[in-house]
Amino acid sequence: MNKTDALIIGAGPTGLFTAHQLKLIGLDCEIVDNLDKIGGQCIELYPDKPIYDIPAVPECTGEELTNNLINQLKPFDIKFHLNERVDEVKKDNSNWIVKTNNGKSFSTPNVIIAGGVGSFEPRKFAPKECEKFENKSIFYSVKDKNIFKGKNVTIFGGGDSALDWAVELSKNSTVNLVHRRDEFRAAQATVDKVHELKKTGKINLFTKYQMAGVKGNGKLEGIDIKHDNEEIKNIKTDYVLGFFGLIMQLGPIAKWGLNINKKTIEVDTEKFETNQKGIYAVGDICTYPGKLKLILSGFHEGALAARACFKLARPNEKYRFEFTTSSKTIKDRLGVKSD
Amino acid sequence: MAKITYITHDNQNHTLNVQNGLTVMEGAIQNDVPGIDADCGGGMACATCHVYVKEEWLDKLPKKEDGEEDMLDMAFEPKKNSRLSCQLIVSDDLDGLIVNIPSKQG
Repeated sequence: MNKTDALIIGAGPTGLFTAHQLKLIGLDCEIVDNLDKIGGQCIELYPDKPIYDIPAVPECTGEELTNNLINQLKPFDIKFHLNERVDEVKKDNSNWIVKTNNGKSFSTPNVIIAGGVGSFEPRKFAPKECEKFENKSIFYSVKDKNIFKGKNVTIFGGGDSALDWAVELSKNSTVNLVHRRDEFRAAQATVDKVHELKKTGKINLFTKYQMAGVKGNGKLEGIDIKHDNEEIKNIKTDYVLGFFGLIMQLGPIAKWGLNINKKTIEVDTEKFETNQKGIYAVGDICTYPGKLKLILSGFHEGALAARACFKLARPNEKYRFEFTTSSKTIKDRLGVKSD
Repeated sequence: MAKITYITHDNQNHTLNVQNGLTVMEGAIQNDVPGIDADCGGGMACATCHVYVKEEWLDKLPKKEDGEEDMLDMAFEPKKNSRLSCQLIVSDDLDGLIVNIPSKQG
């Protein structure tokens, strides 16, 4: 069981800055995120897209913003738990017991939900029967590429993940690449490579096709793919990989007894606390009259929620407001010299 | 102002007057039309405001900008008449537009 003053759910910009605020005022915190990397939507959805409304930063990309926030956390020792989705939050006297899908558990007086629009999950194939084969013959990510050796693998998608894996797996497997149009959005060099491998017969390319159905009883035997002109083709295949990016789902948060309004969590605007004492929501996932879904709003909300955490984490101490420019205590925490 | 009809996958019609300058996505969100999620808030970064445009409207709409077709690769069951409703800006020209909302967004 990990014990901490505050547990932050979500390692996007709001979660990161909230951690900074907690550490500045002398509280411990740990951060859990379902993604395999730090940065949330900024890194997953728009790493290269420019943002123009971060105060004092005229222009930066999602990736630059994330890197700057990580740099700002450098003076502090913060434990990140990536690839972990929080599944359960339960009350135990004055603490919350938080459990993840991989069995990690935390005990903390404060839980700060900075979860954006929820956790990222892979987008799946449309036909319902695909579920039966999921994690057996149908996958949305590659954990062990060796299982595909010598097999027939059908890959769906037109981005970097789909094409990178098509190129990689074509070394030791028969690869079919299926995409809904002729154009690919992957890096040009990879697209060229795929066309080259198609010429040499290493990759079978099916464009303007989409998944129509799967065949097999217990074991996957083949799939049907449908052309734009409605023609259906049957492909015999051992494995299917789908790379359609990620989608955000509120997921387990819906079951924690919080007041939810259109996939967002209701909070007050003093502490950004939910209807449950010691559970806060900040950033895109919270709602209150006048809420703006801007990154800068998340920073403000995190700063206030962090102060609220102090009361529950240090019930016998009094929080004293201090400026980073003048406080010796804060400078010591940051590891910088006082004047 | 344009009259826009949103048809949900269970065939419920929602006909609304949407102000010029808003997007077709915002028209749905502000009026609680179910089935359009718009997770990213209109940044063309998530493909969860995907709609099917009635055939006769396809050529009348502004052309897709770079990136919209790429995002549609991620949409749930994209078709030839798929658009991201966050990219359709309402004007008088869109009066009478009919869009079908897919059974889900992801």
